[in-house]
Amino acid sequence: MEVRVVNVRKEFERFPALHDVSLDIRSGELIALLGPSGSGKTTLLRLIAGLERPTKGAIFFGEEDASQKSIQERNVGFVFQHYALFRHMTVADNIGFGLKVRHGAARPPAQEIRRRALELLDLVQLSGLEKRYPAQLSGGQRQRVALARAMAIEPKVLLLDEPFGALDAQVRRELRRWLREIHDRTGHTTVFVTHDQEEALELADRVVVMSQGRIEQVGTADDIYDTPNSPFVYSFIGESSSLPVKVENGEVWIADRPIGLQAPHAPSGEAVLYFRPHDVDLLDGCSGCIAGTVAASRRVAGTRRVELEVGGERQRVEIELPVDHPAAQKSRVAFRPRRWKLFPAA
Amino acid sequence: MADPEIKSYEPLHESRSAAVTESRPVRITLTIVTLVFLGVFLLLPLIIVFKEAFAKGVGAYFQSLGDADTSSAIRLTLLVAAISVPLNLVFGLSAAWAIAKFEFKGKAFLTTLIDLPFSVSPVISGLVYVLLFGAQGLLGAWLKAHGIQILFAVPGIVLATVFVTFPFVARELIPLMQEQGNGDEEAALSLGASGWQAFWHVTLPNIKWGLLYGVLLCNARAMGEFGAVSVVSGHIRGLTNTMPLHVEILYNEYNAVGAFAVASLLAGLALVTLVLKTLLEMRYGAELAATRGH
Repeated sequence: MEVRVVNVRKEFERFPALHDVSLDIRSGELIALLGPSGSGKTTLLRLIAGLERPTKGAIFFGEEDASQKSIQERNVGFVFQHYALFRHMTVADNIGFGLKVRHGAARPPAQEIRRRALELLDLVQLSGLEKRYPAQLSGGQRQRVALARAMAIEPKVLLLDEPFGALDAQVRRELRRWLREIHDRTGHTTVFVTHDQEEALELADRVVVMSQGRIEQVGTADDIYDTPNSPFVYSFIGESSSLPVKVENGEVWIADRPIGLQAPHAPSGEAVLYFRPHDVDLLDGCSGCIAGTVAASRRVAGTRRVELEVGGERQRVEIELPVDHPAAQKSRVAFRPRRWKLFPAA
Repeated sequence: MADPEIKSYEPLHESRSAAVTESRPVRITLTIVTLVFLGVFLLLPLIIVFKEAFAKGVGAYFQSLGDADTSSAIRLTLLVAAISVPLNLVFGLSAAWAIAKFEFKGKAFLTTLIDLPFSVSPVISGLVYVLLFGAQGLLGAWLKAHGIQILFAVPGIVLATVFVTFPFVARELIPLMQEQGNGDEEAALSLGASGWQAFWHVTLPNIKWGLLYGVLLCNARAMGEFGAVSVVSGHIRGLTNTMPLHVEILYNEYNAVGAFAVASLLAGLALVTLVLKTLLEMRYGAELAATRGH
């Protein structure tokens, strides 16, 4: 099922949580809403589910306007951050709940509900645990039951709120791979919320980066990482370094010297240069480069992080060197970003 | 001196108590003070109630309970409890639901209002109904014109009891429901359940022990209430006397066996309530932990 969010605005007590957000989610896609806390990602997810009503705008499921429908009518599978399993019901009863509360002819006979619950339990690899209560399960197992319960109603869309937020790192990685497998097998259109960029980039077909109630960028992991379209995305996703620069006649300057980067389309004036610390060329001589005094050097896993003081203003900037690179021993290092982007000075 | 080493392997509270605890004489003194106090003020009166009730033998005890006025008082008390407890169950549940699950203006005020019956003297609670429904009261003339008798009749007693016992269920449920939040209900709705189904299959099972606990306390108070009921009942023997009122009347007539026999029933109710309350706390302590203040 294709989901379209059109110009949605949401206010809580006059406080805007989402400003005019639009998003197209393709059928069968696995999409991540990524952002820091307070960015509105969970609000957007709850709006799609129907747990909240938009202040303005509409949400379409296919061609149908879903925004006026109640959550029951929308038929979405929602997996809550803390699972919200019914603690007084067994695992099988939890999974069967959505079928049991149906009315009249839509309600399958008890045996069919049970069969379906066991089938889903098998899908989430928890066969044999149907008689357990939620309190008797581990966090990862509860997460799987919550997913099975959401899938039992054959939802049009599967929505997951911080699905791995409450789990430890090991289980998290395992479940991530497993969720991807389930998605590929069942083909549900799936939206999940996360503040963990690694999770978003690894798991999702496309990532929606959000900040302060707005969508900053939508794209594949490659798009987001390689061509961030705003300073926020640059600094939020992966490591980034920035330097205040000046643009004159299509050339980038730091203080009184050009650094050998051409920006023919950038307007002249103050700007900020963004690049990835590892995405730099080290240079020997320096005609057209960024040169700085080594202020600090740290070993980080397989690389060395070097902090440089650049220019008269002693702006600090970080670059990454191979561990055994001779430049790390020097007191001055010259480099030029390989991939970079200019943004107007704030 | 290997003893201290071994002790450190005992459960945490043991080893910690070594640092926190008072010296032996202080502990013994505190314990004795508590026991003496409990003995004199709680246990002794309880024993006397039963002793006096059986002072003239088992036969006299049952004979006084079989007295027409006494059995009518027992029936009235049961009737009043049977009406007011379910009413307060519904009221308390609705109030707790509204306060715990929704945000609205005046919520803090409503929460305070619920506690009003606890903070106001029961006599005042009764008096309010006299002022409202009495012959000279606000609605007195209208009620009289329509032949409706509230004061000095069962409706007045029920109203006063409902008022006095209102906070028990609500107070028990509000913290419990606040702690549980809306997550389970949202999950139920997202799975297609109607509001009623979500309440019946999810909310109610989540709060059932807290609810039972509240009902238990509410019932104990409903049967034992004296002050408010005394003001509105009119003390008509065989008609508007509840058990606590009847105890007073019998006692004032120097009918000690009769008075204490009825009192022993109330004391028995209190004991049963205590036992059930303790059982509930033992069995569902964790779920009731959210409910403080009793």
